Amino acid sequence: MATVDKQPAIRCRNLVKEYGSGNSLVRALRGVDLDVYAGELTLMVGPSGCGKTTLLSVVAGILEPTSGEVDVLGTDIARMAQWRKVKFRRDNIGFVFQQYNLLPALTAAENVSVPLILAGVSKRKAVEAAIKMLNQMDMGSRVHSLPTKLSGGQQQRVAIARALVHHPQLLVCDEPTSALDAKTGHTIMEILRNVAVEGDRAVIIVTHDSRVLEFGDLIARMEDGHIVGVVNRDSPEAATIAAH
Amino acid sequence: MSWVALRMLTGNRAKFMGIVLGVTFAALLIAQQASIFCGLMLMTTSQIRDIQGAQIWVMDPNVQFIDDIKPMSEVELFRVRGVPGVEWAVRLYKGLSRAKLDDGTFQQVILLGLDDASMVGAPAEMIYGSIADLRRPDAIIMDENGYGQLWPGEKFQPGKVFEMNDRRAQIVGLCKARPTFQTFPVVYTRYSQATKFAPPERKMMSFVLANPQPNVPVEEACQRIIDQTGLQAMTNEAFAWKTINYYMLKTGIPINFGITVFLGFLVGTAIAGQTFYLFTIENLKQFGALKAMGAGNLKLLGMIMLQAAVVAFIGYGLGVGAAAFFGHMTSGTSQLAYFMPWEVLWGTGVAVVLISILSSLLCIRRVMVLEPAIVFQG
Repeated sequence: MATVDKQPAIRCRNLVKEYGSGNSLVRALRGVDLDVYAGELTLMVGPSGCGKTTLLSVVAGILEPTSGEVDVLGTDIARMAQWRKVKFRRDNIGFVFQQYNLLPALTAAENVSVPLILAGVSKRKAVEAAIKMLNQMDMGSRVHSLPTKLSGGQQQRVAIARALVHHPQLLVCDEPTSALDAKTGHTIMEILRNVAVEGDRAVIIVTHDSRVLEFGDLIARMEDGHIVGVVNRDSPEAATIAAH
Repeated sequence: MSWVALRMLTGNRAKFMGIVLGVTFAALLIAQQASIFCGLMLMTTSQIRDIQGAQIWVMDPNVQFIDDIKPMSEVELFRVRGVPGVEWAVRLYKGLSRAKLDDGTFQQVILLGLDDASMVGAPAEMIYGSIADLRRPDAIIMDENGYGQLWPGEKFQPGKVFEMNDRRAQIVGLCKARPTFQTFPVVYTRYSQATKFAPPERKMMSFVLANPQPNVPVEEACQRIIDQTGLQAMTNEAFAWKTINYYMLKTGIPINFGITVFLGFLVGTAIAGQTFYLFTIENLKQFGALKAMGAGNLKLLGMIMLQAAVVAFIGYGLGVGAAAFFGHMTSGTSQLAYFMPWEVLWGTGVAVVLISILSSLLCIRRVMVLEPAIVFQG
C-alpha cells in the first residue's frame, strides 16, 4: 500500500499532451496528477480514448509531454536528452505489450535476452539469464520454442520475462490480459502482482479488463484526459469503477 | 544485436529469398549483359589478336578500326622498311570476298592475305595441315567455325574446293580463330593469292605489319613511322582499343546494352527495394518494441545496414556466379560473345551496393522517424 512518507516512483504534475495544432488539436492529457509507488501495482482504467495509453507512453519516456512535470525514479524525464532517455529506458523500464511484440524469428530464450543484449551483455550470458528468468515463469520447457509455437498466455509470460530480465525498477504494461482468456489472464496478473510486491517495483498497467481490478493496489480512473479518481482496491469506490 | 538483425532477416525464408532474388536478378542481368557487351567488343578485335608475330600495325591515317580498310600503295611498305628502328615490315591484305560453293550458294568470307615469304600473321593454332601448305597453288586455310558455317554438320575434308572471284580455292588446312564480329568465316592465304581472290582495286595493300629493332621501344618505333611516313602506326593493343572505341562511340551497341544494364539495375532496385521495404514495414512494431526497450537509432541503423549488406553480398555472389556459369556453359559456342573481365565484377558490385543503399534508405528513414509509442497502439 502507498505510504505518505514514501517517495513515489512516478510523479506526474499537471501533465499535458497535445497532438496536432489549430482545428485538429487533440488534447490527450489535460493536466494529469498521479503518484505511483514502488512495491505496488497501479491499474489505469477508463474508456477508450481517455488518454491512458498516452499517459503510459509519457511515463515510460517514449512520448514527449507538451507541458507539465513527469518524474520517474527520481529523474525528470521530460527534460532529458533523447539519447539519455533511450539509456534510461534500457536500464530502468520493462515493457509488456498487449500484442506481446516478441520477435518471431527468435526463440523464447533469445527474445527474453534482448534487453540484456541491448545493455551490452554477451549473447551467451544473456541467454543463460533469460533461461533462468523463464524457469521462474514456469516456462523452462519452452525456452527453445519460437513464439508461433506458444499459446497466448505462454507468449505473455515470455514477454513478462523479457520485461524483467534486466531487473528494471519500473514495469509498464499495456493491456497485458486483453488477448487472454480469464484463467490465463488471472495467472498473468498474479505474476505481475508478485513482480511488484516481491521485487519492490512500481508496476503500472493500463487495462480495460474489469476482471483484473482485484489485483491492483491502486486503481486510477481516467476520463477525457484527466485522472478523475484514484482509489484503493479495498475501498467501496473500487466496485463502482469495476461496474463502469 | 547483429545476430538479432540476421535472425529477423532470415526468419521468414520466403521474404528473405524474395529480397535476395531481387538483388540476384539485378546482379545477374548487369553482369551478364555487361559481359556480353565486353565479349562483343572483344570480338571486334579478333583479327588483331589472331594476327600474331608483329608488334606494329601501320595503316592509312584515316583508318578508324580494323574493318575500315583504306588500301595503300605498295610503296608505303618500302617507306616503312626505311624508317630507322624498324627491323622488318611485311604487307597484309584484309578484306571481304564472296565464296561460291559447289551447290551455287554464296557466302561472304573474311580474306586475310599473308606475306608470301614470311607468312607473318598466320594462325597460331592449326587443327589440320600446316602453314607451309599455303604455298601450294590456290591454297587456303579456313577457320574451324567458318568451315562449320559453310558445310554444317560435315566432318572436315581437306581438298574441298570453292570459288572466290571466279578463282579456284582449295582448303588445305583447318585452324582455330577467334569468333569474328561479322560472324563470317576467316580464310587465310598468301598475299599474292589474296589479291586474286579479292575484287581488283588500284591499291590492294590493307596494312603493313612491322616489328621494331630489339633496342627500340615499340612506341618509339610507331612514332618514328608516323613522323617519317605520315601513315598511322600503333601497337596491337592500341589498335585493339582504337577499334573498340570506334564501336563504343560510333555505334548504338553501348547504348543498347547500357539500357539493358540500366533496366537490370532499375528492376533489381525495384524488386529488392520493395521487398526490403515491405519487410521493414512488417517488422515496424518489432523495431518499435526494440526502440521502446532502449535500442537507439544508431543501433537500429546498424541492424538495417547489416541486413542490407548480407542481402547484397548473397545476391551479388549468386548473381555473378550465375552469370559466370552462363558464360561457362556457352563458352563452347562461337555465336555468343561472352567475356567477364574483373571490371564487370567490380561494376556489378558497385551497382549491387547502390541497389542495397537505395533499398535500405527508405527503410532506414521509416525506422529513424518511428515513434516507439507505436508499440502501444493495439
